[in-house]
Amino acid sequence: MIDRDRGIAFTFDGRTYEGYPGDTLASALLAQGVHLMGRSFKYHRPRGVMAAGVEEPNALVGVGTGGRFEPNTRATDLFIYEGLKAVSQNRWPSLGLDIGAANSLIARFIPAGFYYKTFIGPPWLWKIYEHVIRQAAGLGAAPNAAEADAFEHRAAFCDVLVVGSGPAGLAAALAASEAGARVILAEQDIRLGGALLRDPATLDGLSALDWIAEAEARLKTLGARILTRTTAMGYYDHNQLTLIERRVEAGQTPGPGGLAQRLWRVRAGKVVIAAGASERPVLFSNNDRPGVMLAQAARSYRRRFGVLPGRRAIIATNNDDAYRTALDLAEAGAEIVAILDSRPLADSPICQAARAKFRAHLDARLVAALGSKRVNGATAVVAGRTISVEGDLIAVSGGFTPLVHLHMQAGGALDWNDAGGAFTPGAGRQGQISAGAAARREGLSEVLADGARAGGEAASALGFRSGTAREAPIAATAFDAPHHTLARFETAPGVNLKTAFVDTQNDVTAADIDLAWREGYRSVEHLKRYTTLGMATDQGKSSNILGLARLAAAEGRTVPEVGLTTFRPPFTPVTLGALAGEATGADMAPLRRTPLFSVHAALSPPWQPVGYWQRPRAYPRPGESLAAAGLREALCVRQSVGMTDISTLGKFEIVGPDAAAFLARICATPVAKLAVGRGRYTFMLREDGMVVDDGTLWRLDEHRYLLTSSTGGADRMPALLSYVRHILDPGLKVAFASVQERWGAVAVAGPGAAAVVRSLGLEPPAHMGLTRGSVDAGQVLVLAASYSGERAFEIYAPAHELTDLWRRLDTAITSEGGTTYGLEALELLRIEKGHIETGAEIDGRRTPGDLDLQRMLRGKGGYVGAPALARPALTDPQRLRFVGLEAVSGAPIPEGAMLLTKAAGRPHGHVTSAGLRLDGSGAGIALSLLKAGPERLGETLIAASPSRGRNVLVRVVSPVFHDPEGTRYRE
Amino acid sequence: MFLIACPHCGPRSQAEFVYERAEEAVAYPDGTPQETLAALYTRANPRDFAWELWRHAYGCRGWIRMRRHRTTHEIAEIEAVGARL
Ligand SMILES: [Zn+2]
Repeated sequence: MIDRDRGIAFTFDGRTYEGYPGDTLASALLAQGVHLMGRSFKYHRPRGVMAAGVEEPNALVGVGTGGRFEPNTRATDLFIYEGLKAVSQNRWPSLGLDIGAANSLIARFIPAGFYYKTFIGPPWLWKIYEHVIRQAAGLGAAPNAAEADAFEHRAAFCDVLVVGSGPAGLAAALAASEAGARVILAEQDIRLGGALLRDPATLDGLSALDWIAEAEARLKTLGARILTRTTAMGYYDHNQLTLIERRVEAGQTPGPGGLAQRLWRVRAGKVVIAAGASERPVLFSNNDRPGVMLAQAARSYRRRFGVLPGRRAIIATNNDDAYRTALDLAEAGAEIVAILDSRPLADSPICQAARAKFRAHLDARLVAALGSKRVNGATAVVAGRTISVEGDLIAVSGGFTPLVHLHMQAGGALDWNDAGGAFTPGAGRQGQISAGAAARREGLSEVLADGARAGGEAASALGFRSGTAREAPIAATAFDAPHHTLARFETAPGVNLKTAFVDTQNDVTAADIDLAWREGYRSVEHLKRYTTLGMATDQGKSSNILGLARLAAAEGRTVPEVGLTTFRPPFTPVTLGALAGEATGADMAPLRRTPLFSVHAALSPPWQPVGYWQRPRAYPRPGESLAAAGLREALCVRQSVGMTDISTLGKFEIVGPDAAAFLARICATPVAKLAVGRGRYTFMLREDGMVVDDGTLWRLDEHRYLLTSSTGGADRMPALLSYVRHILDPGLKVAFASVQERWGAVAVAGPGAAAVVRSLGLEPPAHMGLTRGSVDAGQVLVLAASYSGERAFEIYAPAHELTDLWRRLDTAITSEGGTTYGLEALELLRIEKGHIETGAEIDGRRTPGDLDLQRMLRGKGGYVGAPALARPALTDPQRLRFVGLEAVSGAPIPEGAMLLTKAAGRPHGHVTSAGLRLDGSGAGIALSLLKAGPERLGETLIAASPSRGRNVLVRVVSPVFHDPEGTRYRE
Repeated sequence: MFLIACPHCGPRSQAEFVYERAEEAVAYPDGTPQETLAALYTRANPRDFAWELWRHAYGCRGWIRMRRHRTTHEIAEIEAVGARL
């Protein structure tokens, strides 16, 4: 399965090596005699390859450069390509000579819970601790450049999704496809076959590889979609799974289009989980040394990758399967120094065959691996007697853990198999069916039959004819039998628990687990968090059961009694780019443009994002600062006239004989008495009595109203209108529609506003009145409403005619000595006038009383939120209430500042909007929410902003700074 | 992501829907303060099926009543609700 005709050059820690197509980084390095591939997280111990697949905990590397750098990539799950650049992790200055390895020597000072115990103290100490912890924390380095490549999301549907293409998965996919089901087959490897790539077999008279090729061709003929290099990451509700398809390897430059990965959301009828099982390591001293490898992995390297991982192998096992490794390695020329079988009895044909060739011991358990950067031997206890053997490879098998991750994510229950020491899939809750090794089926014939059964069952459950289901393939292979695992989790006498690693990726030892238990961490959830067991990037794929078993033994309970922590997606780490997909940069959110967007854009104003909209903050003149421009525009409105684009406001038309009754539900203010051609200020409550938005309500005709809302509230308002329409009062004869984008709008404000309106040939309505008219044959609606405190009009025009209207207004305004103005001026004018705003004072936690709106409430109630207002807590005078502030010195007041008294204690409120007087003084003013605010007028407080490093002395005043009598906007 | 069979549109992804509330959380504007508080704050949350109101906000915009299990998310019944569109 390795193509030796063509070499591939790659670098590891700067040195150039050569591998071949089909090699993983791990197999290519092993072939070059490189066993030391990384340093461990906490102790910087030398580490090599333990596995041959995604469960690898040790051999993690950083791959690629710049925007293609990816940390924590498993060398066993990285297929090499020309130009691959990989670097080892957790070492300094180099892998061979690591200074951090001194941690190994002081290991006894970094026990479980080290950080919890050491970094205890007053809060200010954290400023120092944090530096220490950050230095030591984190596995791998984060990329330091923006992602270079593209990611996309795609949705798919199928009848049967098969996860895994080993013998069970292929048999399942064939059975379901033959029955007529639409099948998607996902395989995380670059090629189909799973365990068939590791162990020789004949299927239906063909070699394993030929049979796989034929199965693949047949599936394609039947219309199945086959996704290789695609991992099922998560099993979510209603049979939706997320798959990550890797189009290129980590760090590799994609082809045209630049697509690096594709995230699939697959909705399936049934899901066959044929994810296989992963082999467990064994606990003994220095079980993390390079050269200690899982027995099946050793076989994979030999068979699939053509690499002999050692010349003198020691095999340690508790099952029959590892004997296969012994026979295989011997066939390739390795010497089998010893087989150490922990079982008291092993008389299967494969054990007998191996015993005839090699020295095999029963009741034999490893005590320690010898050697440092590579093993050179081991000690073991055989029937109570200690022996010592030499070897450069220790192939271990502690039994098999069925990969129940997806089954569990789908809400499935687990059963416990005591002899195997394994959780197996129990009752499912969704459409999942586990098959093959994932269901703890062993022996090729059994696995194939189980896969075919699962595929057929899935198809027939969905109504496909099972009569056409295909027979399971006939396998011929040596030792086609169960593994006879006899799980023993306790360590052999003489094992140094401080170097017996349960979780090699997070450096959690057997001693750490024992210590946590002695310190009272009895729950598996506590143990996990205290020791960090299983919390590394491999999520404890190889370590979970070992850790649980150790805790269970200490507790004197069984493993299922101790329980299992929840497996959460993703199954293997996912790069953030894949989750983001296309939603990055400018594509992260839609851009909403008002009808005047290009008119504004031609002036290149500084933009303010408001929801998905972009609104001009001001229109600065050359050389003018934003603040100066905002102030100039605001003063111009106060003194002459200005205009601004208010098209983003929410606008709703409500029509029908019951429109008034409908609006009486929505609006907390009087509705019924509103005359045709008039409008009024209104606000809306949530059901808990809190104000959620405000706006104006206009009666256009007998049964036709226009309701405006804030820009931010425009997207929430339809939900409230719809709720009243369909749930609270479905019987009303009324219809509503958002006309937000049908009408564009311009506000004209200032003492000269009426003259501007007249110059368009329109009659300016009285305050809170409306007129209809036309400008250049275009229909317009003029509403006299003031946000600025000056005489002001909102002129509405069909969106496509707004640009023309704006140009006409621009000419009129200019001749009046006026200006266009942006959000900065809008805010300055609003704050000086003491108007509340959604998002500032209306923050979702204020009652009408808090915001001084009590007197506008409709006495009879009947509006959404009315009953809740009776709660005593909502009328407590000590609530935060709306008041104004003025700076004693006239200095600007920091927005967001806390309001403190000179006495120590909690803040009494906070600044919600900060502005300044437009009366020429420029004095700092603000709107705020203050405990019992209106009762404290005249009191002096400190507006404290630690984040800005500023404290300003302020006086509590009425929030209406400008024209408190309200004469200016009435003309 | 649930798969929700909208009575108007057929099976669609949950991404198109907005969960509005448990049916018993509807607080009527003419209700008593006690009824309102019960609807808003003191509802039971059993591990069982419950009627809920959803809205097909990014589809037909219709309202839906569904009986969903609060832990398994199984949807046992689903029907259109509200004013006639
Ligand atoms: Zn619908």
